[in-house]
Amino acid sequence: MTTDLVTFDHVTKTYSGITALDSVGFSIAAGEAVCLAGENGSGKSTLIKILAGVEQPDRGVISIAGQPQDALNPRLSAAAGIKVIFQDFSLFPNLSVAENIAFSAELGHGTRLVHRARIADTARATLARIGVDIPLTAAVETLSVAHKQLVAICRALATEARLIIMDEPTTALTEREVRVLLDIIRRLKADGVAVLFVSHKLAEVLEVCEKVIVLRNGQKVAEGPAADFDAASLTRHMTGRDVAEAPPAPLRADAPELMRVEGLNKAGAFEDVSFTLHAGEVLGVSGLLGSGRTALAKALFGLVAPERGRITLDGRSVPLGDPLAAAGAGIGYVPEDRLTEGLFLTQSILQNISVGRLDAHGASGILDIGGLLAEARDWLKRLSVKAPDPDAPVRSLSGGNQQRVVLARWMARSPRVLVLNGPSVGVDVGSKAEIHGIIAGLSAQGLGVIVISDDLPEVLATCHRILVMKAGRLIEDIPSGQVSGTDLAHRLAS
Amino acid sequence: MKFLHSTEGRLAVIAAVVFLAMSALAPDRFLSVQNMTSMAFQFPEFAILALAMTVTMLTGGIDLSVVGIANLSAIIAATILTQVTGGGAGIVLIAFTAAIGVGVAAGLMNGILVANLGLPPILATLGSGLIFTGIAIALTGGSAVMGFPDATAWIGNSTVLGIPTPLILFGLLALGLSLLLTRTGFGVKLRMYGANPLAARFAAINIDATLIKVYVLSGALAAIAGMVVMSRANSAKADYGSSYLLLAVLIAVLGGVNPYGGYGKVIGVVLAVLTMQFLSSGLNMVGVSNFARELIWGSLLILVMIVNTWRASGRRT
Repeated sequence: MTTDLVTFDHVTKTYSGITALDSVGFSIAAGEAVCLAGENGSGKSTLIKILAGVEQPDRGVISIAGQPQDALNPRLSAAAGIKVIFQDFSLFPNLSVAENIAFSAELGHGTRLVHRARIADTARATLARIGVDIPLTAAVETLSVAHKQLVAICRALATEARLIIMDEPTTALTEREVRVLLDIIRRLKADGVAVLFVSHKLAEVLEVCEKVIVLRNGQKVAEGPAADFDAASLTRHMTGRDVAEAPPAPLRADAPELMRVEGLNKAGAFEDVSFTLHAGEVLGVSGLLGSGRTALAKALFGLVAPERGRITLDGRSVPLGDPLAAAGAGIGYVPEDRLTEGLFLTQSILQNISVGRLDAHGASGILDIGGLLAEARDWLKRLSVKAPDPDAPVRSLSGGNQQRVVLARWMARSPRVLVLNGPSVGVDVGSKAEIHGIIAGLSAQGLGVIVISDDLPEVLATCHRILVMKAGRLIEDIPSGQVSGTDLAHRLAS
Repeated sequence: MKFLHSTEGRLAVIAAVVFLAMSALAPDRFLSVQNMTSMAFQFPEFAILALAMTVTMLTGGIDLSVVGIANLSAIIAATILTQVTGGGAGIVLIAFTAAIGVGVAAGLMNGILVANLGLPPILATLGSGLIFTGIAIALTGGSAVMGFPDATAWIGNSTVLGIPTPLILFGLLALGLSLLLTRTGFGVKLRMYGANPLAARFAAINIDATLIKVYVLSGALAAIAGMVVMSRANSAKADYGSSYLLLAVLIAVLGGVNPYGGYGKVIGVVLAVLTMQFLSSGLNMVGVSNFARELIWGSLLILVMIVNTWRASGRRT
């Protein structure tokens, strides 16, 4: 066991009573690639934070190169060669490739002056090490997502990396880019660098991994050689059950057209987007991160102003780029990032639901507070939100219940069309199924629902029809019964 | 019991403690009827400015132009009062209406700067405050405008049933504002906007209209404060009440209004006003120099913010 680079021994971490990691133990050897799989909320990010020294475990021992670390901090962790590449890469967009790569290394030299030549040398040498050619002087913001990721990898390598942790490394990559990444990982492993992939979609990196660890609800539920796992078994371990959700009830053939989008165009985000949505239809829009799916979702609700195109609802034109007009016309939007965009975290649960109904209950100027809150309470019950105290701040709820609060806010307005961007991101498995049930209920009531998601099983389980989005364009329109999950994944990433 | 654990409950205790302490330090003078009356005439003018500050702070903004607006409104009213002779009480009414109109217009300008042009409130109102003061100086050459009809004195110096008129005015405004904040859609929206501007946008709240109303309301309240100052001083001048800006911010923060927006109650602000007035009068009586006042207010503001921030971070972990 002397070659183990990092060992976790019965590591436990709790946040205000909630156990994020429960006595987790594993080890990573030098030159080994390990998959850490788990759903959102399974404890993956806590584990990364502990490794990076940002959080301290409550119990358990972490050893680096055989040395138990009793007070790991970010500086010690980095000095020990543990580098985390976050999903957003944490690069400096306005600086050049070379500056980004050499930044940490230069800080390590402790110099106060900028040594341009040394920066260029460091960058060139590091890029050569992974066999990639990116112009050194290009500003990082002009690079593609895949190239940014490579720059982030190089920055980690420029400072004696021994373990590179990659958070959700493949979410934004096309299949070809994933292949390039895997080749680089192989080179790193040959150099003795260990890699820890952390993701909820790991099937594609399994082939370069030696070992797989699966977390669920803070506990290690599976560990073994990568050869013993495949996509299906990973999912089973992550969710604790076979997720084979039934496809949605078929759409009535005579369902009338509800919404029509024609030639919607927003430079740099999406191009010439047209589709129709029928009453009672659940329409999926799926694409990789950066495909323009979120910009499109926002444009439907007026949060992004397209320069061309038309949205009509029930034959009436909806003004573009005006969320108030969109909401007035009967379009609702449940945003991707619940915590920053969806919720008023410090305000009460009831207030978070009733905020959408202020005008309806305050027509005379004086708010009918009784009626407003009674309605909000009723919605808590209808969506079975588990809220012991409806007057408590909404941040006290779990992810799944928070998401239902945002849904309730919009459902209370009796919308015609609901745009759900990532409806079950960051909610537990049980809540996810319930949210899918809510979507089916909306469809049965004749609402049009647009589900924007890159969670393919979710799209297949909820949608009647799937629009595939790539580089800002809708490239395919597939009835969901005619496509399998793996097939859809290929179409997204090819 | 629950009330005592709330921000406002703690404040009520603090107000009582300060009152008792000052009564103990100077029992004969502090507890005198004369002192009580004098305090009741003194605080409404800056208390109304604190209400104006509160409204903007609830949205996570601030209005640094309140004193500028108060003085400009007062100078416009004073000019009308001194230029037009022989109107009696009618002219006073016209002058006051004009002053509030000035406050609304100034607030509208702030609102447009913040809502439509997206300037940070602290800089927008710092700039506009200088503009308002500048106009006031240009109009008057920097000297005081005086010589008003007798009826002008009513709002600042009279009593109704033994209660000072400015105190009644403040009471009505505080009550009105409290109802506006808790019982109308506008009040809830501005608090929600303060809690999370981005979520307010995603929840289809009419943000621009809400913010403009907020700054208009702040401007109107500032103008009313300007009328009280003018009436009590029996004159109007571009640089009156320059220490009131810091005081208004201090009262709002002390009153539990979250400077990042989203939380604050009028009752808290009222209690903070009382605390500050007790403190101010008491310090005066025990012989603390007026020059030390700003030092004390400034230190108190920083201290309250440190305590609040410390408490907030303590709650998070």
